[in-house]
Amino acid sequence: MLNALTLILVCQLAGELASGGLQLPVPGPVIGMVVLFIYLMVRGGVSQAMGRTADGLLSHLSLLFVPAGVGVMLHFRLLEDNWLAVSVALLASTVATIIVTALMMRWLSGKQAS
Amino acid sequence: MTGLRDVWVYLSASPLLHLTMTLVAFQAGSWIYEKANRNPLLNPVLLSVIAVVTMLVITGTAYQDYFEGAQFVHFLLGPATVALAIPLYRQFDKVRGSALAILSSVLAGSLTAILTALAIGSLLGGSTDTLLSLAPKSVTAPVAMGISEQLGGLPSLTAVLVILTGIAGAMLGPVVLDMIGVKDWAARGLAMGTASHGIATARALQVNEVAGAFSGLAMGLNALATAILLPLIWNWFF
Repeated sequence: MLNALTLILVCQLAGELASGGLQLPVPGPVIGMVVLFIYLMVRGGVSQAMGRTADGLLSHLSLLFVPAGVGVMLHFRLLEDNWLAVSVALLASTVATIIVTALMMRWLSGKQAS
Repeated sequence: MTGLRDVWVYLSASPLLHLTMTLVAFQAGSWIYEKANRNPLLNPVLLSVIAVVTMLVITGTAYQDYFEGAQFVHFLLGPATVALAIPLYRQFDKVRGSALAILSSVLAGSLTAILTALAIGSLLGGSTDTLLSLAPKSVTAPVAMGISEQLGGLPSLTAVLVILTGIAGAMLGPVVLDMIGVKDWAARGLAMGTASHGIATARALQVNEVAGAFSGLAMGLNALATAILLPLIWNWFF
């Protein structure tokens, strides 16, 4: 358990160092995720302790963005000024993404099957 | 009465009050969500954000003071993002056979999500920080917030827009997919997860296990794709 948590934090730290040190535009924790993913590929599996630790962290993932979400109270003014752009872009873009991804996947798996 | 006020002054200066407030609000939100049969409109994060903001506004508490306590929860976002590698690995292992089709489809979806959000947002006169906060909306919140912050957007606005995107995708996704006649569970899950991350994945899992697995995989892959593509696109076009 402690091993797994340490490994996760080491990956995050490595990611933060790479992101900051090499001026990469990708956030540190995302690089940390890639590092851990590569580690799992090389290792060829997920240890039980690592699985339990990750499941524990992720089972309440949505709780973790409440503090940041509350920060929306600082931006009521901005939302008021931009509500039309935000709501139309959000809805239209979500629908477009669903359509493009689904059709692309159907087309490519059809090709693979034939 | 003075006694009570002293206690309040003491408590509001310590992290305990706002940390507890965050957890209690989230528990209450989750309870309502479960009671309402997991209706996406009653998303627990949305409910708890509304509850906490209301309490802070009523008590006249500044966000910075609230965050002193809530930062302990907030810190865990980083490690949780790294831990996303585990479900990503488990699902990738399962669907290795169709890896190329999956990667290409998620990539196409990721590009669509970024480009349409930026194009429509700027056509309708959205400000620069609004556009930057909106662009990573299809990605799971911890990653989206990191991307938004890195590019100069507002992570807190991004968090809320990500949740709203999740709700929109969870509700509209099945309807849209029926309309375009995509019946394959793999393609349906992949589309839901690419457009609307964990909230749609939770929805997909309720309906079909295959759709859930593909949705979870798409969520992880799109987080990676957007983290790499969005900064490049932003620097090219703006």
